[in-house]
Amino acid sequence: MRYCFLICIMIFAGYANGNTILVGKGGRVSTIREGISMAVNGDPVMVLPGIYKEGHLTITKSIALIGKDRPVLDGEHKYEILLVSGKNIRVSGFEFRNSGYSAMNDFASVKVVDARQILISDNHITGAYFAIHISNTAGATVRDNRIEGTPRSEQLTGNAIHCWKSSEALIENNHVQGHRDGIYFEFVTHSLIRNNISEKNIRYGLHFMFSNDDTYQHNTFQDNGAGVAVMYSSKVKMERNLFEDNWGPSAYGILLKDISDSYIFHNTFRRNTMALHLEGSSRIDIRYNRFSENGWAVKVQASCENNKFHHNNFTGNSFDVGTNGSISLNDFYNNYWDKYEGYDINHDGIGDIPYHPVSMYSMIVEQNPATLMLFRSFTVQLIDKAEKAIPSLTPENLTDTKPFMKPVQL
Amino acid sequence: MISIEHISKKFRKLQALDNINAGFEPGQVVSLVGPNGSGKTTLIKCILGMVRPDRGDILVNGHSVQQQHGYRKQIGYMPQIGRYPDNMKIRQLFEMLYTLRQDEAENTDRELIRDFELENIFEKPMRTLSGGTRQKVSAALAFLFNPPILILDEPTAGLDPLAAEILKAKMMKEKKKDKLILITSHILSDLDELTSHIMYMQDGKQIFFKDLDAVREDTGEIKLGRAIARIMKGDGPGNAWNGRMFSVITGDKII
Amino acid sequence: MIKLSRYVLYDILRSRIIIAYTLFLLIVSCSMFQMEENSSKALLSLLNIVLIVLPLVSLVFTTIHYYNSYEFIELMSSQPMSRTRILMSEYTGVSIALLSAFFIGVGIPVLIYMPDETGFALLFAGAALTLVFTSLAFFASVRARDKARGIGFALLLWFYFALIYDGLVLLILFSFSDYPLEKLTLVLSALNPIDLGRIFIILKMDISALMGYTGALYKDFFGSGTGVLFTGGIMLVWIVVPLWLAVKKFKHKDL
Repeated sequence: MRYCFLICIMIFAGYANGNTILVGKGGRVSTIREGISMAVNGDPVMVLPGIYKEGHLTITKSIALIGKDRPVLDGEHKYEILLVSGKNIRVSGFEFRNSGYSAMNDFASVKVVDARQILISDNHITGAYFAIHISNTAGATVRDNRIEGTPRSEQLTGNAIHCWKSSEALIENNHVQGHRDGIYFEFVTHSLIRNNISEKNIRYGLHFMFSNDDTYQHNTFQDNGAGVAVMYSSKVKMERNLFEDNWGPSAYGILLKDISDSYIFHNTFRRNTMALHLEGSSRIDIRYNRFSENGWAVKVQASCENNKFHHNNFTGNSFDVGTNGSISLNDFYNNYWDKYEGYDINHDGIGDIPYHPVSMYSMIVEQNPATLMLFRSFTVQLIDKAEKAIPSLTPENLTDTKPFMKPVQL
Repeated sequence: MISIEHISKKFRKLQALDNINAGFEPGQVVSLVGPNGSGKTTLIKCILGMVRPDRGDILVNGHSVQQQHGYRKQIGYMPQIGRYPDNMKIRQLFEMLYTLRQDEAENTDRELIRDFELENIFEKPMRTLSGGTRQKVSAALAFLFNPPILILDEPTAGLDPLAAEILKAKMMKEKKKDKLILITSHILSDLDELTSHIMYMQDGKQIFFKDLDAVREDTGEIKLGRAIARIMKGDGPGNAWNGRMFSVITGDKII
Repeated sequence: MIKLSRYVLYDILRSRIIIAYTLFLLIVSCSMFQMEENSSKALLSLLNIVLIVLPLVSLVFTTIHYYNSYEFIELMSSQPMSRTRILMSEYTGVSIALLSAFFIGVGIPVLIYMPDETGFALLFAGAALTLVFTSLAFFASVRARDKARGIGFALLLWFYFALIYDGLVLLILFSFSDYPLEKLTLVLSALNPIDLGRIFIILKMDISALMGYTGALYKDFFGSGTGVLFTGGIMLVWIVVPLWLAVKKFKHKDL
């Protein structure tokens, strides 16, 4: 029976040609270190249940290190548990706990360096400094892992899934929480991040820099200290993600900084302090998104140009659009705004007068944040009404010229 | 029973009361007489604690009334104009007072309610009542708790002659029970049969306070109105009001 | 006190004004919820009613009621009852009447259409503001010499708290924009019950926006246990202090 099971796993894992090395009680060897050293390319190393305290382990051969019934690799708060370098390596089914912390090195539970075609799947990682740290690697897949950090300060906590200078990475179905950044991308190209849940991280749910031609979709980012930051990149596709409950003085659904030629489609932004913040960004197509119950739905700095906002639904936001400049070089059209008070005489579904999504008061708050105290007061409402009648301070051309009367069906 | 000791009151520039000094005893019916604005109502309000004198004190049964309210159990007050909550029914007004003064509720005097036939209109809201009916209600309220002191401000002013007679009869009856009754009125003939003492006020000053017999003796006049007029003439104040009062007294309305 | 305020309340509840006020609130609230597609917009309109209409009606209604009941208050003060008790009964009666109008007119629609945290915050703030402005109105009425001045004073208070104060705050915040103002805004919000009520509501309504910038301070402060106590406490101060000053003045006032 037992062999049957092992064979199944081996077939499933695609390593059926090797000789399985059993590690642990009742296995051929008692330590993983021995197991790894015995194995040759293509061998699966099957680790039986138990707690293994073996300090720092290294894999450089093309083997599969597979945990049966989730054996525990304990780093005793001292060691980087596993270093992977090479090609065609798989690490699955373990629980990594208590990996070490180092102020000098980015100690990780699993570190992948200079590798190709790596699969890290189905692991539980708790109490790590960095959980999975990938650098200089092509074709790394990180799938079905649960990573739970112990939130301390930003300095004492590393990232959950950290990718640096890599390409063709696939990060999917992971659940990460309690780290500095949930998912960190720097110099990573042609990669896909999907179906992950990243929550309650100290800083960003997703931190994304200098990484072109990437896509992230169907992810949920919620309750992160600063939301999601996507910076200094181009050709990024952001689709069908949920950005929720990212609250704080500098928390964003998405913070876009120096982003160009990208897409933001079909995302939902709900209850964020600032749902979408654009800075120095251009040629971004923003459509089919839902912005609801956010503090600021969209904040466009004057440094942005040629971005298109259309077919989005804005409902129940405290402020629809905020800006810091008096001119706007972006296009807003065919959105639905619940605050729109215009009319539609010819019944074509498009309001006959343009909508000004920037209120006078949002400009005042931009200049003097303390005036937030007067939010929704009668005085502020009078100021807004007066400004609507005679616009003077709000950017005149930041208007939705063809606002929809009814929400866009998404 | 009530002793007024050197009280003065100024309303801004108007000297409403100027060093008033008097003592009222049980069994007396004191008529407070004087022209409009002479300070009669202010004096009454001082006794009731509604107006606070600037100087002097008022004692009721030997106790100062300043900042007190318990002594008012002994006083029944009928205001010049009685106004009551618009939507309150007469019955509720009486009920309210019974509730408020529960401990005295067994010793009530409902004679005036009966005599004025107020029970017939018990369910009428106050706002629908005429001025005269409201006066009847006020009068009935003043006598309700059988108080030893009665203060009536222009009691017969708005009443029809029949009601005025009922009220006078009631006052007479209470006088015989050795109660102190304090009345202000400018229709002097009304007071004739009742009055035992007269206090005459003008411009906040107490011109005199005497018992009726003394006044009559002084002047040789039987009719109260004439007697007062005689005094005023003797003092020769030459006040326009005196002239008017005199003419009223000699007019057809009196006697 | 309860005994007397029961009758005051009974009288007010039958007045057309309070019935009209209740119906107005009920119709407006219901139509807001019916007409607006999303309830947050309806809530915004309700917010204006609570912050603007409620204080105005409380002030004006109370002031007019005070002067209309003036003779009744006089009558009551001729009864063995302390001035404090009379004024407190009036306050209790009026505030219960206004609160009932509010709870029927706004409370029921909110419970039907939006029984969430924001709705309850709205009801709490509305109730507190009703009590505060009734109290302020008593203060204004007791201090003012006549009805016209009283209503004028009340309207002035409304103008100040609803409009002028926020304008001044805006001025202050811009004049001192170079300094850290976060703590100052907390103090400033406590000095105006309308602002305090508004912040209490928008903490539930616009929590996302308030988490930005200085707003986070509000969330930390007002959202915490101490903040709720603080809001309640300051509201209580705004209820008690004007009322206490009114009672103090009323006790020494000439009626």
